[in-house]
Amino acid sequence: MDLERKVFDGIHIVDFGWALAGPLSVKYLADYGATVVCIESQQRPDLLRVSAPFKDEIPNVNRAGFFSYFAANKYSISLDLNNTAAKEIAKNLVAWADIAADSHRPGVLEKWSLDYDALIKIKPDIIMIRSSNQGLTGPAALQPGLGNHINGLGGIVHLVGLPDEEPVSPMVAYTDYCVPPLAASALIGALDYRRKTGRGQLIDLSQFEAGLHLIAPLLLDYSTSGMEAKANGNACEYAVPHGVFRCKGEDRWCAITVFTEEEWQAMGKAMGNPGWTKDEEFSTFLGRKKNEARLNLLVEQWTSQHEPEHVMMLMQKEGVAAGVVQNAEDICSDAQLEERGFFWEGDHEEMGTFSYLGQPSRLSETPANLYRNAPSLGEHNKYICLEILGMSEDEYDRHLEAGVFGP
Amino acid sequence: MHEKKCLVRSPRVLDMTNRNGHLCGRILADLGADVVKVERPGGDPDRRIGPFYRQTFDRERSLLWFAYNANKRGITLNLDTGDGRQILKTLADKADFLIESFPPGTMDELGLGYAALAEINPRMIYTSITPFGQTGPYKNFKASDLVVMAMSGLLYMTGRPGEAPLRISFPQSFLLAAAHAAAASMIAYFHRETTGRGQHVDVSARECVLWEISNAIPSWKLNRKILKRAGSYMSGRWANIKQKLLWKCKDGYVVFYILSGGFGVKTNRGIVAWLQEEGLDSELLTNVDWNDFDMSEQTQETQNQMEAPIAELFSRHTKAELYNEALKRKIMLSPVSTARDICENTQLHARNFWVEVDHPEIPAGIPYPGPFARLSETPLASARRAPLPGEHNLEIYEKELAFSKRDLRLLHQSGII
Repeated sequence: MDLERKVFDGIHIVDFGWALAGPLSVKYLADYGATVVCIESQQRPDLLRVSAPFKDEIPNVNRAGFFSYFAANKYSISLDLNNTAAKEIAKNLVAWADIAADSHRPGVLEKWSLDYDALIKIKPDIIMIRSSNQGLTGPAALQPGLGNHINGLGGIVHLVGLPDEEPVSPMVAYTDYCVPPLAASALIGALDYRRKTGRGQLIDLSQFEAGLHLIAPLLLDYSTSGMEAKANGNACEYAVPHGVFRCKGEDRWCAITVFTEEEWQAMGKAMGNPGWTKDEEFSTFLGRKKNEARLNLLVEQWTSQHEPEHVMMLMQKEGVAAGVVQNAEDICSDAQLEERGFFWEGDHEEMGTFSYLGQPSRLSETPANLYRNAPSLGEHNKYICLEILGMSEDEYDRHLEAGVFGP
Repeated sequence: MHEKKCLVRSPRVLDMTNRNGHLCGRILADLGADVVKVERPGGDPDRRIGPFYRQTFDRERSLLWFAYNANKRGITLNLDTGDGRQILKTLADKADFLIESFPPGTMDELGLGYAALAEINPRMIYTSITPFGQTGPYKNFKASDLVVMAMSGLLYMTGRPGEAPLRISFPQSFLLAAAHAAAASMIAYFHRETTGRGQHVDVSARECVLWEISNAIPSWKLNRKILKRAGSYMSGRWANIKQKLLWKCKDGYVVFYILSGGFGVKTNRGIVAWLQEEGLDSELLTNVDWNDFDMSEQTQETQNQMEAPIAELFSRHTKAELYNEALKRKIMLSPVSTARDICENTQLHARNFWVEVDHPEIPAGIPYPGPFARLSETPLASARRAPLPGEHNLEIYEKELAFSKRDLRLLHQSGII
């Protein structure tokens, strides 16, 4: 018997979301107990359902690891929203919901008559969040794009690379992951406001705008002094050494960062006090800064003789901030993450055992949990129609035959 | 002035964070919380971190401090003194949130840990932001942005093959952590408003950045495949081949890539038409049926052949020309913006994104990034400049805690506040 109360027990969310930023924002509520119904499409499956990796490399919407990784604790219904009866079901879900979430390009929900103005006619106090690349208004509102494009537009790509060399792109859709905690904060705020005042609202979130808060000081710098920040590798103005150093093994690296005199001494000790650490040119912070390139080479000569885990442990033992540049394999066997149960080990209807992304915070009284494995596409069509919307079995069967849930 | 705010009761937040958590309090303040930054006497050491107003070092003009401590009030308090700790407990008694980012155990040693303060105020949400969390074998590891980035897989996936992995040059990991901390604190607050009970929120910065590495974990778990960095290319999403992501143009770079599936059709057709108009017709590209095009079946050779004329097209134009054309043609392409490009971006101006913030100590106001989201009923608070060290000591200590003028003088002189 489960007597534990979840934070969002009884909160209903209909999620029109798509790809990353939208569904990840809703994950925050799903993982703490909200009932979330994702409206999906058989004809136009979610971008991540058709993205690698697929279990055993067999492409299939229900074998998509990227989609499922983020989609625990949600129900899935597949609706052909060009079908009138399907649209009716979507509207009934809106009537049931406290929150409607969307992350399509502006215009898509308008086409289906499911925009905010339409929704408040069905549910006057609904909270609707529309998370889009560039917001609902303005000349670029309708511009299509994915996270990688916003990485460029929003200034992140320009900040990655070696000085005066071609930039490098983070391979991930960076802003897609910056937005969810901001969106969730606003959503929960709106939910609390609604519970206290009875009023819903529309949240227009531009991923471009939200992401700019993560580089805000650089924008203030430009507007006050005309300075345009540039990529500077892994360097830091007030730390030296501060970099990523090659270690023993193939493509193995360790980050080492030294901020204080004390840490500089400690780093020397961790390395066994090689003679060069006593060189005159390295005896002061300014000296080390001036000779940073040579210093980095000397550090790397030492690190390249050791495995990165060993370098990290030696440095940490002496109180120097250092960490292995971990790849996915390292992360999946990491003692710290295992101890904290970061990944949620569960199952999946078609993929078998599956590791889900957990929450990065631990709430002492109301921890997040894996309540439900990620759904197959349309897995809960019948459950949602019968149990949530109270449809009769006959009616459901008629809809099924009529292609309401897809071909 | 907008009177309505998300957090209708203006809950009190005691913000004891350093650079590992400033943004958390800023987000709560934007939502309507009454955030009081608690600094050591003389001001937080982070005030010496730049960039600085007009490139000149000044502890009261750090733009990092400005950006992430706007909308807060500020008091000074020395927690190494018994009086300081006593005053903090008095403040905690009435606070709704306390957020801190000291190494694990620091607050406990001061007698100000979660257990101690929960006894005084069981309704309080107590949020701790640390590199690795409050538990586990790495909890006492020292960390910096670069170390957190390294240990969360994002670094490994960024940079050129064979070369050292690269971070984003403006430190990101603790900003992400602070944003996640705000969301988790809001969850705890929602629960508190339901049940009256507070709790401890333990945020691991490294786990926050782990949210960022997209499909790297399932790629390993499902298929034992490690996603590697690919420089200015993308790999491992729609294909195992390299897809060009960053392209050189006349005055910089743009982001563009050939996409398969329904969402790529319009962009791909658009680029083919554009190539034709510029006399860069490619038989290969013209003959593709984009409705059937499947990137997962693409060979590297064909990919390179498709990309060649596109590279030529982009090299002929500036990033502004390319972006304007992309907007007209609804092609998924964006410039690699510099700070200047962002500050001049027409979409941001059309949406009145920039908010002029008054700084009485500085000749002119400073345009700040506007709200991170537009809430129709309860707009986020527009920014009020960050506090000077101890700027609100009187408001809090005299008006709220009712210290006498004499006691305040004593507390100031003895370095307690």
